[in-house]
Amino acid sequence: MVRNPAANREQFRPTDHPNDSFLLTTVVGSYPKPKWLNRADELVEDPDSKFDESDLEEAHDDACRLITHEHERAGLDTVVDGEMRRNEMVEFFAERIDGYEFNGPVKVWGHNYFDKPSVVEEVSYDEPWLVDEFAFTTNVAERPVKVPITGPYTLGFWAFNEAYPSTEELVYDLADLVNEEVEKLVEAGARYIQIDEPALATTPEDHAIVGEALDRIVSGIDEDVRIGLHVCYGDYSRIYPEINDYPIDEFDVELCNGDYEQIPTFQEDEFEPDLALGVVDAHTAEIEPVEEIKENVRQGLRVVPPEKLTISPDCGLKLLPREIAYGKTENMVTAAREVEAEIDAGEIDLDAPLADD
Amino acid sequence: MTERVAATPGIYPLPDWAKGTLSDLKGHQKGDLLSGDEGGEIAEAYDEVRAEFVDDQIEADLDRVVEGQGRWDDMIAHPLTVHDEVETGGIVRYYDNNNFYRDPRVVGDLDFSGDVAGELESARALLEEAGSGDAPLAATLPGPYSLAALATDEHYGDDDEFQAAIAEFLAGELEAFPAHETLFVLEPSLVTNPPADGTEERATDAIATVADATDADVVVQTFYGALDEKLYAHLVDEAGADALGLDLVAGDREDTVYNVQEYGSTDSVALGLVDGQNTLVEEPGTIAERVEWFEGQAPAADFETTYLTPNTELFYLPENKYRAKLSALAAATEVLE
Repeated sequence: MVRNPAANREQFRPTDHPNDSFLLTTVVGSYPKPKWLNRADELVEDPDSKFDESDLEEAHDDACRLITHEHERAGLDTVVDGEMRRNEMVEFFAERIDGYEFNGPVKVWGHNYFDKPSVVEEVSYDEPWLVDEFAFTTNVAERPVKVPITGPYTLGFWAFNEAYPSTEELVYDLADLVNEEVEKLVEAGARYIQIDEPALATTPEDHAIVGEALDRIVSGIDEDVRIGLHVCYGDYSRIYPEINDYPIDEFDVELCNGDYEQIPTFQEDEFEPDLALGVVDAHTAEIEPVEEIKENVRQGLRVVPPEKLTISPDCGLKLLPREIAYGKTENMVTAAREVEAEIDAGEIDLDAPLADD
Repeated sequence: MTERVAATPGIYPLPDWAKGTLSDLKGHQKGDLLSGDEGGEIAEAYDEVRAEFVDDQIEADLDRVVEGQGRWDDMIAHPLTVHDEVETGGIVRYYDNNNFYRDPRVVGDLDFSGDVAGELESARALLEEAGSGDAPLAATLPGPYSLAALATDEHYGDDDEFQAAIAEFLAGELEAFPAHETLFVLEPSLVTNPPADGTEERATDAIATVADATDADVVVQTFYGALDEKLYAHLVDEAGADALGLDLVAGDREDTVYNVQEYGSTDSVALGLVDGQNTLVEEPGTIAERVEWFEGQAPAADFETTYLTPNTELFYLPENKYRAKLSALAAATEVLE
């Protein structure tokens, strides 16, 4: 069953928040890398270059500082470092988990490839995956830092399984490792964790496996820690209302891309976790105007009351030009603040939030 | 005495160097993929890829050599996506995989293309250059049922007519092929999205149209699991296949054995024995055991030929594992001798 989102939401309200209503603003995680960082990643591979691993680490630190501050400048209530240290959402973790090996890139489509790893023995936990990254970011940030982690279902099903009788069993072992990592992050001060499970969108019939994995992930995690789940690009009717049984505080969805056609799916049964609603499209290179985003925010009020609504982009923004990603984020925050003020002023009918005041 | 033949339907992963070179030459976007009229450096890169694929198969000692289909950006939809009367739409999911292809939207009459025949001529020439001119060539085509299922009809306006037109198109392509020993007709949709009850014959008629257009042995390869029993019976009787290809890796192989025991089989059989979608490389002894396990349960007397094949195309794998799987298949036939 759902955790207790009301118990952990208020800690993210900034002390100088201007309105009584509070629509928590956040991001899904990834953000465009500065061009020089991509160059630096290439340079360190070049045997003729003096640029070495410690230089790259410095470059990553600089980029993380830059993007964290860029998120703060946009006005977000909770920030991420834009995943500047990560290459790809499965590869990054597979490199850190014992039991995986890499054999080379495989095709996704056309000439787009990814280094799909193979699980060749039982997976196990060695060094922390994200604690250093979190410690750095939280140290340079003025706002609370959210930590996105690729979920065990995606880490299991987007790899070759050579070692386990079933990939489901692999997923549960991975979930135990994610639990260990979340415990360490919490010890280091993290209070907002997001589990990313894009693979669930392609095989929604496996929602029970994801549910069991989440039970393992949150085992022993206090309710002052906010646990979100992000699932993008799918037919949500195939996993809703089942997700109401998941032990999460927040469910993050991508609906802007589909023009909110799936909102009625979430209105059929009472939505139990908080709703983190995508209000800007991660795959269009135009900055949505504030007025348009405000309409999108109101779509979320059709599903949950303001105290259960979180505002975010549809998905990670890393494929966009950086100035577009910034513009979308800034407008998103402005829209959220304006809608809060309108709610405070009684200008939005919460029973019919799309109606004009 | 059953002849055991190690073979693959191709659609191999590009060598890593070619992944880089071709993505630099062509680009990463939808509009950058092949339209079939490539030349210059792109064509040269594909020539090199083809030569590597042929060498890989000679090295592994496979009993049939395929062209390898490095050019098939859209997997089995390729013969349509390079056709002049086809426009490519959005990127759509390729079966239940984390892979995508361009939706082929058929907008005019599917007349002769010759694209695949050209590839096979080049492969034949390579075999001759390598001094293996008498090595048996295998050709690969998508089956008409699956190709129609993967495509969008914006011209024929009728499902029956569309499927028949695709079958005629494939038969026409096949008539231009150079001499080949074996033809693989790939029909995964028969498993994933089988014809509705009562319409099986329409699918088998279409497949037979293709099978009848070659003198080669025809393997109708099904994959991603076991066939529905009624459809299986139709395929054995009506598809014109010398061998039906059966997936013994994905899904329930007991269902496949049941079909064979209950409804008999084609004179020859192709067995999907190594997993085209997993990097774990099967031991030749294990592959041989699987062959004997299957043959031992089939009620008929000996099969004329048992083809030892991967259960799917091989492009899902990294290049080192694809090569290892070719060798394992060939080695398994030796274990069985």
